[in-house]
Amino acid sequence: MADIEVTEDKAAPRNDTDAPLLEIRGVTKAFGSVISLADISTTVRAGQVTCVLGDNGAGKSTFIKLLSGVYRPDQGELLMDGEPVRFGTPREALDAGIATVFQDLAVVPLMSIWRNFFLGSEPTKGRGPLRRFDAEKAKQITRSEMADMGIDIRDVDQPVGTLSGGERQSVAIARAVHFGARLLILDEPTSALGVKQAGVVLKYIVQARDKGLGVIFITHNPHHAYPVGDRFLLLKRGKSLGDFAKSEISLPELTRLMAGGAELEQLAHELEREGDKSGALGRELLEDTKTLG
Amino acid sequence: MTTATATRGDERIAHVGLLRRQLVKPEFGALVGALVIFVFFWTQSSVFVSSAGVANWLDAASIPFGIMAVPVAMLMIGGHFDLSAGVQVATAGLATGIMTTYWGLNVYASLVVSLLLMLAIGFVNGYLVTRTGLPSFIITLGMFLGLQGVNIGATKQVTNKVTVDNLNLVPGYQFLKDVVGSTITIGGGQFPIAILWWVLFTAIGSWVLLKTRFGNWTFATGGDPNASKNVGVPTNRTTIALFMITSAMAWFVGNTLILRSGSLQAQFGVGTELIFIVAAVIGGCLLTGGYGSVIGASVGALIFGMTQQGIVYAGWDSDWFKLFVGVMLLLAVLANQFVRRYAEQSRR
Ligand SMILES: Nc1ncnc2c1ncn2[C@@H]1O[C@H](COP(=O)(O)OP(=O)(O)O)[C@@H](O)[C@H]1O
Ligand SMILES: [Mg+2]
Repeated sequence: MADIEVTEDKAAPRNDTDAPLLEIRGVTKAFGSVISLADISTTVRAGQVTCVLGDNGAGKSTFIKLLSGVYRPDQGELLMDGEPVRFGTPREALDAGIATVFQDLAVVPLMSIWRNFFLGSEPTKGRGPLRRFDAEKAKQITRSEMADMGIDIRDVDQPVGTLSGGERQSVAIARAVHFGARLLILDEPTSALGVKQAGVVLKYIVQARDKGLGVIFITHNPHHAYPVGDRFLLLKRGKSLGDFAKSEISLPELTRLMAGGAELEQLAHELEREGDKSGALGRELLEDTKTLG
Repeated sequence: MTTATATRGDERIAHVGLLRRQLVKPEFGALVGALVIFVFFWTQSSVFVSSAGVANWLDAASIPFGIMAVPVAMLMIGGHFDLSAGVQVATAGLATGIMTTYWGLNVYASLVVSLLLMLAIGFVNGYLVTRTGLPSFIITLGMFLGLQGVNIGATKQVTNKVTVDNLNLVPGYQFLKDVVGSTITIGGGQFPIAILWWVLFTAIGSWVLLKTRFGNWTFATGGDPNASKNVGVPTNRTTIALFMITSAMAWFVGNTLILRSGSLQAQFGVGTELIFIVAAVIGGCLLTGGYGSVIGASVGALIFGMTQQGIVYAGWDSDWFKLFVGVMLLLAVLANQFVRRYAEQSRR
């Protein structure tokens, strides 16, 4: 990882003329004595994808919860279009045009697909005391949004709990795409998916980007991140390993940085010593680290 | 997942037959149960289906149980219990009675003050539950004990008795009694107008739950409060509103009771809170929240009323009644569990 240059993402003026859609400056978040995130900065621009990478427990979910109004940062600030913003609740973030696909998906299993789709943002019809949830509209939009995603929903009245993991994830993604007016945040949207469906999600990210939305894409898979990302924020145990523009980092460098170089080699050797099956895995890993390193 | 299943899509719907769709409706079990119990007591006693008999069990079902089962079911769907709902009924009626007959306040003004008092009680319940994050079971148990003390203590203090009475001597009483406490005679049976109020509140409650945003938020808050919060549902406000609705209904029921007869016992309501919950559970509400039906809860209250009176008509010792209710409750809980599993059954 010889000549990776870590860009310090301070308030320093950049080449771009306009302010970024969302700028994160030095945010810190602690839960009691556990510091989940320390001094993290990055930017998201309209029409660009910022990827957040890191292993389990690196603080990725904590990071996006700071952006989506679930938590408030202890220190640091968020700037939207250059103006400081504070989101007291997820509602406030949604109203600012930020929609999030949470890692746990934030769906209610016993409720139907269409009720989940519009939960918290229900379209209404009628006036005064007769104001009510416009169920026909909700069902119709749910069906068409899911179809746009290439998902054939048999019955939008079906409880979300009866869907497969991948289908549930698709509901959460379709919902965020529908309501995300400016910024779409996806927390490990590809982790529960097969190769093909992961491809569909990546296509979705690109579509949102091309529509001019900013996207924050969280993953621990550099092979998913690199093709779609414009910017890469690497986290490890709550600290930033760097915040790179795509031009500043290659896929092998990204992979190596993420895996923590030497640690991976060590692991590969350990696996090689073990039985047949994991031995093969170990050799594979070793090959990988060699080609990368 | 289903990206490639477009061609098979329709076949899969066929699996969800009519029976399954009905089973998935939370009130299904209660409706079947009500039918069975109706037919059973019909075979036991012809009085049961006479006009007077029907009026009797509809009365027993409607007030306080049926009307209170409506908000209690909504609250349970929203994920909470209110163990103080029963004594709140008494608090509301006693407050109106004391203010009018002992303090000489105008009856309408008293009703308004009583309503405000009840809304405040509901707010306190909801606020404490949302603020502390403690189970509503324990918070409202405290409210139950507290109000039970207040009901008897305040009544004794003011009246030197354990009853508030003579409301029938208060100006304006007759009109209000006609509105909530009159009866309609059909075929020799005297049907209290409370039955109509019960039907009306059930319809409104069901409409609110199934057709409004608030109803959607109620299901969501009970189903998964965290997920709901994350997609922008005001879960705390929803919870507080549900407690306040429960208290507002207690106001209606308590005042109906005291207006009907002109008096109310200070101990009234103790124990009824459990029957409200039983009605909601028999009606298909999950104890864990997120699932249930207001219509089901009302049918649950109907089962309660039919059984209570049916046992008398069948000439049995009424002591057996509680056994009957207990068995029914257990059957309902088991059926709910089954229906829920079936409804959720994954096609992964
Ligand atoms: N609500 C919380 N309370 C206490 N600790 C938390 C909480 N949320 C996250 N953490 C801790 O913060 C660290 C980062 O978690 P998380 O952001 O979920 O990681 P990631 O999404 O990268 O896997 C973990 O050590 C986790 O235990
Ligand atoms: Mg995470």
